[in-house]
Amino acid sequence: MARKKTNEKVRTKITFKDIKKQGFLMVVSFFVVVYGIIFYYWPLTGWIMAFQNYKPKKGLLGSKFVGLDKFKFLFEDEVFIKVIRNTFAMGVINLVTTTIMAVLFAIILNEVRRAWIKKPIQTISYLPHFLSWIVVTSIIHVSLSPTGIVNDLLLRFGVIKQAINFFAFPKYFWPIVAFANCWKETGWNAIIYLAAITAIDPALYEAASIDGADRLQKIRYITFPGIKPTFLILLLMNVGNVLNAGFEVQYLLGNGLVQSVSQTIDIYVLKWGISQNDYSLGTAAGLFKSAVSIAIIVIANKLAKKYSDQRLF
Amino acid sequence: MDQKKEYRVSRPISDTIFEIFVVVFLVLFVIITLYPVVNTVVLSFNDGIDAVRGGIYLWPRKFSMKNYKTVLAMQNIWTGAKVTVARTVIATLTSLFANALLAFVVSRKKFLFKSQLSLFWVITMYVNGGLIPVFLLYKNLGLTGTFHVYWIPGMISAFNMLVMRTYMEGIPESLEESAQLDGAGYFRVFKDIISPLCKPVYATIALFIAVWQWNSWFDAMIYNRMKTEYTTLQYELMKLLSSVMQQSGSAENAKNGANTITPITIRSAVTVVTMLPIVCLYPFLQRYFVTGLTIGGVKE
Repeated sequence: MARKKTNEKVRTKITFKDIKKQGFLMVVSFFVVVYGIIFYYWPLTGWIMAFQNYKPKKGLLGSKFVGLDKFKFLFEDEVFIKVIRNTFAMGVINLVTTTIMAVLFAIILNEVRRAWIKKPIQTISYLPHFLSWIVVTSIIHVSLSPTGIVNDLLLRFGVIKQAINFFAFPKYFWPIVAFANCWKETGWNAIIYLAAITAIDPALYEAASIDGADRLQKIRYITFPGIKPTFLILLLMNVGNVLNAGFEVQYLLGNGLVQSVSQTIDIYVLKWGISQNDYSLGTAAGLFKSAVSIAIIVIANKLAKKYSDQRLF
Repeated sequence: MDQKKEYRVSRPISDTIFEIFVVVFLVLFVIITLYPVVNTVVLSFNDGIDAVRGGIYLWPRKFSMKNYKTVLAMQNIWTGAKVTVARTVIATLTSLFANALLAFVVSRKKFLFKSQLSLFWVITMYVNGGLIPVFLLYKNLGLTGTFHVYWIPGMISAFNMLVMRTYMEGIPESLEESAQLDGAGYFRVFKDIISPLCKPVYATIALFIAVWQWNSWFDAMIYNRMKTEYTTLQYELMKLLSSVMQQSGSAENAKNGANTITPITIRSAVTVVTMLPIVCLYPFLQRYFVTGLTIGGVKE
């Protein structure tokens, strides 16, 4: 509140003399806005293609409008229905598993009191976050290969009799994607939870110790409620990204045998739009995704508002 | 300290069990995080034919530098490395400058269009044209098939700009005012007053951009697929990987199990070359990343 007030004060103080000095700021603004219009706002006009039979030679103005034909084609395409299912399923599975892992890791790491153990573990936990998805999929591919560590262990403990090619069976694909996401982001996502745990008043823990609570009880009754707001806010923020979470891993690890479960909306757009040159169909699929994403964000924000209102009372 | 003592005196058995669980969890976590990386490095130093037998864990069975010799003899790897370094350096410098300048402009409290300009960029975080309109735009602008597609389109990013704006808003206005009294214009204020104070946030954003650039592959694949002179390291690794994936995706190979076009050891060597700079540098730079994350998080 205090901040807002000072802002308003300053705003009223802008005089003509101030503005006269702002030539440099105006010039920068001008160039930056031109840049923004070209690279961020102009592509928005491309959505029109979704309602056209777009031909590059005729351009956006000359191409024939076909109404909702492209969308009709999409929803009559069995592949696209499966693609929607895959995108949602993997988005939700990834969100749930990565959140659980991040919370678990943060809570457990916080139980380590000695800094010389805690710090190196945390540094190690960041490592995968900085690697590209290509590197990560390549590493995972090595681990899951018939001679990799996973098959090795399973054979050694007699769980399986023959090495499995994990990438050839649809049933393994979603778990592999979820694991890849957890492997890459657990340490990084835990940073915010660790910060939230640090912000909890230590007096609460001391009081609990005096009352004879053990560590598990302290986690349950102090740490959990302490990180609940962070947890909910992050969850609501990430829900809007559920449909965006499905491209790189699926694209890199997908193959002919698991197509039915690996293809996501983004891959579908890429396949039709860039490879098959059906720009209109690709744009229609992309527009559908954006519309659903925005709807999810709006609903999530409503829920968030409701949630924060509840917290006020 | 007192708290610790108290634990020692009356520690319930459940705490001991819990501590064992903590240790087991963290040991497993570290192993699962590190082992695949270490194993990839080890494989890259092992003889290719020997590696097919499997059973190589933490040390090469038949040590060999041949994989690296093969990789370093590949022309496309060298081209990819050069392009990757070039794009990382150029994009980091230009993008850092552009974002910093924009952040400076929108963080001037007396600037007439301050809030409008902010809004203009915040909107770009939520709506975008999507893959195909963007692809057609770059094509029409003549960016596809050139090196410029790596650094021009992403030069300004609303997120990076907002992180810097938050930081700059924390600098007292009096510094700027006294410089202006001495006759300094806004560019001088940006260059000599604000920028020296913003070094930490500049470092953070520069690292964000650099890692992003180093790890990008999609732009190389989409916009420069036909231009071998503009390939990147990540894209070269991606091509190796995808040829293997397609193989394991054919029914015949699924039955046979292994057998790939590119030996696993060569692929490992390329993977190591690609990730090496990041693995070596990130432990020293991590605090900058964490700072950026917390500033950005507060912003949201």
